[in-house]
Amino acid sequence: MIIPHPLLGPCDAQEFTYLGDASLIARPDGMAEGAADAFYDYLYLRDNPAGLHRELWYHEQGDRSWLVVTRNTLTHEIVTVELARDVARAEGRGR
Amino acid sequence: MRLQQGGQIDRGQKISFRFDGQYYKGHPGDTLASALLANGVRLMGRSFKYHRPRGVLAAGSEEPNALVELRTGGRQEPNTRATMVELFDGLQAMPQNAWPSLRFDALAINDRFSNFLTAGFYYKTFMWPAAFWEKLYEPIIRRAAGLGSITTQPDPDAYDKGYLHCDLLVIGAGPSGLMAALTAGRAGARVILADEDFRMGGRLNADRQSIADMAGADWAAQAVAELAQMPHVRLMPRCTVFGAFDHGIYGAVERVSDHLLTPQPGKPRQTLWRIYSKRALVCAGAIERPIAFANNDRPGIMLAGALRAYANRWAVSPAQDVAIFTNNDDGHRTAADLMALGVHVAAVIDTRPDAPPLAGTAVLAGAQVTDSAGRLGVRAVTVRLANGQSRKLAVGALGVTGGWNPNLGLTCHQRGRPVWEEGIAAFIPGAALAPGMAVAGAAMGHFSTHAALATGAEAARAALADLGHSAPAPDLPRTEDAPTRITPFWHVAGTQRAWLDFQNDVTIKDVKLAHQEGFEAVEHLKRYTTLGMATDQGKTANLGGLAVMAELTGQSIAQTGTTMFRPPYTPVALGALAGRSSGRDFRPTRLTPSHHWAREQGAVFVEAGLWLRAQYYPRAGESHWRESVDREVLATRASVGVCDVTTLGKVDVQGRDAAEFLNRIYCNGMAKLAVGRVRYGLMLREDGIVFDDGTAARLAEDHFVVTTTTANAVAVFRHMEFARQCLWPDLDVQLISTTEAWAQFALAGPKSRAVLERLVDGGVDLSNAGFPFMACAELTICNGCRARLFRISFSGELAYELAVPARYGDALIRKIMEVGAEYDITPYGTEALGVMRIEKGHAAGGELNGTTTARNLGLGRMVSTAKDSIGAVLSRREGLVAPEGLELVGLRPANPQSQIPAGAHLLAQGAALVAANDLGHVTASCYSPNLGSYIALGFVKNGAARMGETLRAASPLTGVDLEVQITSPHFYDPEGERLRA
Repeated sequence: MIIPHPLLGPCDAQEFTYLGDASLIARPDGMAEGAADAFYDYLYLRDNPAGLHRELWYHEQGDRSWLVVTRNTLTHEIVTVELARDVARAEGRGR
Repeated sequence: MRLQQGGQIDRGQKISFRFDGQYYKGHPGDTLASALLANGVRLMGRSFKYHRPRGVLAAGSEEPNALVELRTGGRQEPNTRATMVELFDGLQAMPQNAWPSLRFDALAINDRFSNFLTAGFYYKTFMWPAAFWEKLYEPIIRRAAGLGSITTQPDPDAYDKGYLHCDLLVIGAGPSGLMAALTAGRAGARVILADEDFRMGGRLNADRQSIADMAGADWAAQAVAELAQMPHVRLMPRCTVFGAFDHGIYGAVERVSDHLLTPQPGKPRQTLWRIYSKRALVCAGAIERPIAFANNDRPGIMLAGALRAYANRWAVSPAQDVAIFTNNDDGHRTAADLMALGVHVAAVIDTRPDAPPLAGTAVLAGAQVTDSAGRLGVRAVTVRLANGQSRKLAVGALGVTGGWNPNLGLTCHQRGRPVWEEGIAAFIPGAALAPGMAVAGAAMGHFSTHAALATGAEAARAALADLGHSAPAPDLPRTEDAPTRITPFWHVAGTQRAWLDFQNDVTIKDVKLAHQEGFEAVEHLKRYTTLGMATDQGKTANLGGLAVMAELTGQSIAQTGTTMFRPPYTPVALGALAGRSSGRDFRPTRLTPSHHWAREQGAVFVEAGLWLRAQYYPRAGESHWRESVDREVLATRASVGVCDVTTLGKVDVQGRDAAEFLNRIYCNGMAKLAVGRVRYGLMLREDGIVFDDGTAARLAEDHFVVTTTTANAVAVFRHMEFARQCLWPDLDVQLISTTEAWAQFALAGPKSRAVLERLVDGGVDLSNAGFPFMACAELTICNGCRARLFRISFSGELAYELAVPARYGDALIRKIMEVGAEYDITPYGTEALGVMRIEKGHAAGGELNGTTTARNLGLGRMVSTAKDSIGAVLSRREGLVAPEGLELVGLRPANPQSQIPAGAHLLAQGAALVAANDLGHVTASCYSPNLGSYIALGFVKNGAARMGETLRAASPLTGVDLEVQITSPHFYDPEGERLRA
């Protein structure tokens, strides 16, 4: 596969490490009420779509960017690639 | 026999080769198959199951029968298709699957028992008793079956990997591929043209029709010459594109040296190419299919197109008298070509009642071949005429054609689904191809030469237009444009032992049996009968099998469907996939900064991940590793030792929020760590299990240095980057991995301070008060060399770790040894390191194995509840904090000289050795020279509450079963007075 890195252009998937569902960005607050249940959902309950899937890839043999790659799991077509940092900020994560 | 004239061979040169012990001669341009046929050898092997005599069926990579063991010694290669072996001087090949000889094969007796050896035979027969499988059935079956044998000697040749990029990859250099490459190449596009053959041209080399008033082969040679002049076109003969992968990436194997006796110096045998293409054009041609009839597998019976190819390209015919069995016009072309070359065609047996006539021979319209005769090769065939009468034809060869199948392989690798095309009675690639892929010529079902040229040119222009280039339409040279006329005919009725899959010995009877037993779906049919398996993947067999199944189920072939093709298109040697990653280059070897020095000391090394670390340093007179290790431990604890600890992962953490960041990464508090101090830190995974441990040293308000275990250095850094970028993107923190940047040495033992004082530049107070336990500093040593000093201890002694830029590591170890000589400084390796950490009860790999919690390790109170950190919440899950949890303990044997095997299970005294009684297990074990006893660490349920109890430690693996007493894991200096001294 070739992943179009938003900063570096097309890169071979061999340069990357795969982590999994991009919902891992949405880490719950560990100090909040009901944190145990929230973490259970966060860690163990994932969708396994046949189709578009947002997932985390790490450019380990490159610039160390974490990317959110939207990939069709049926065709491996890559629809969008974003810096995970930008996605995290857009989802309201900050400090 | 070799024909008097013609052929693309160099008759002026002779090359000698050996097959089955006999010497033969051939010419440059020959394949092993063509040279054997030229020498009158029709019998080339025995079949897989029934050991029936077999000869060559095809002329290309689809060959199912003529498999040989090529070369000898470490270069011996089984299952090599004689049709693909380019003849070279000194070639040696042996037939496979025959014993004691090819002409007399003892296991041909299987053929007599064929009634028993039908599909599913193994499944049904060898089911019981189960214990007989491994010892009796399997060895017998393995000896009898199988295809060739592999050498046990190492392969002496090198294999390479390479990467190529192009605008247009053209796969196959037949008429459509050549025309596509010419069209794109003339327009200036970067083109790669790959073909599995050593001579480009595809069917143009095998047929007699002309292009632009010259022989097809000459036109092909002219096209290749023009392409070779284009600097942006890369011609790759002997290169099989074996797989279509994601995003326009294709895998290819180039047989760089397979046509030579041995590779030229410095050249690989094969190169595995990864081709990145913007567009790809499959011009892979078509593969002919046989018609099944009784005993249709005798040597001399082959595909008609192959018979034609041998005659035209190699000037070879298996016999002077031949016949053709066909259901289409292409069979007539074969007959015409053969007659033009002086071969006698006894008859064309055409299943079509309305078959056209052919000048020079009898066309038996509406006739069928019903049987063949001849012990080791065909001597005669029986023909049933349209009027029902039988006639025998004495022929030494029979060319069979049931039509042509577009070569679908690559078009299916990316979810492509073939569709049935009634007009040619074959599957063609479906509309949904891999992005960027197109198909032209016969591979798309366009069988005439004109159509191949036209679609090749058109597809190349379309691909270039897609990329924003334009290519002018070429003037297509004049050539034949015959329509495809075929009446589907798959098998002669009324026969059982008619072969569909030659390689796997699958007959019509087997397909009927599969149907009878409910294995009707194509994928079931394949697995039940082995139709289409093994090295040829049914290239000539699949459709015949499907057609028979379709008849049995009353469905059309389109409804029946076809099995999928997956990579590789043809077998790929593991050596090619491995490339240079074999032997010591299987993976990189990382050397520590003191490696060369340690080697000079005679150190014994051990692999730790990719690293080589000194395991121990034997001295003269020491005959057992334990002697060396005991000495290193005792000397360190008595005076001072030094150990290279560079392999521990190091991460520089900088930024205003560095402390806050680490406070969330580690489960224990890091926010309030004072500048100039170090703290032990425990990292959890988000699921609450311990991930890694190490130290965090605060060099400045906004600057930490974090260490990780050697094994987890990469994973921890990745995890920290994840947290930094994905979880808290606005924390002001930066990370750099500095594992390789700093050489780091542990100085341990009561005299370590004295040694250090001789290294550190003046003005630094190293006294216990001035630089206490868990202090750290940036300073200089040896007159100005930048260094970092940490007072931390894994050994339990007064100890320091001293780091310098990696390039000074070698100089520093030598300097340390020089200034430490006064105190008999002793270098120690990983074994002594391990002994000392077990004596101190420090957790390491055996305990931090990805299943243990902080509580298991006795560190439960480190997990702060006052803050959120990764893993903190789920570390408090019910299951992880339940009573009866495992706790780290020390273990001592009743007899101090009894070794406790690591991995031994712990049970109550007298308890039976069953899993239900398991109380825990031993994680690490060593001999402690300080205690004069074997000791161990282990996890025991409620261990802390069981101090003093005696348990049974049993290791069924080693046969050891002994009594051990539970103690504190801190065997040595439990109060930690030595490390604070």
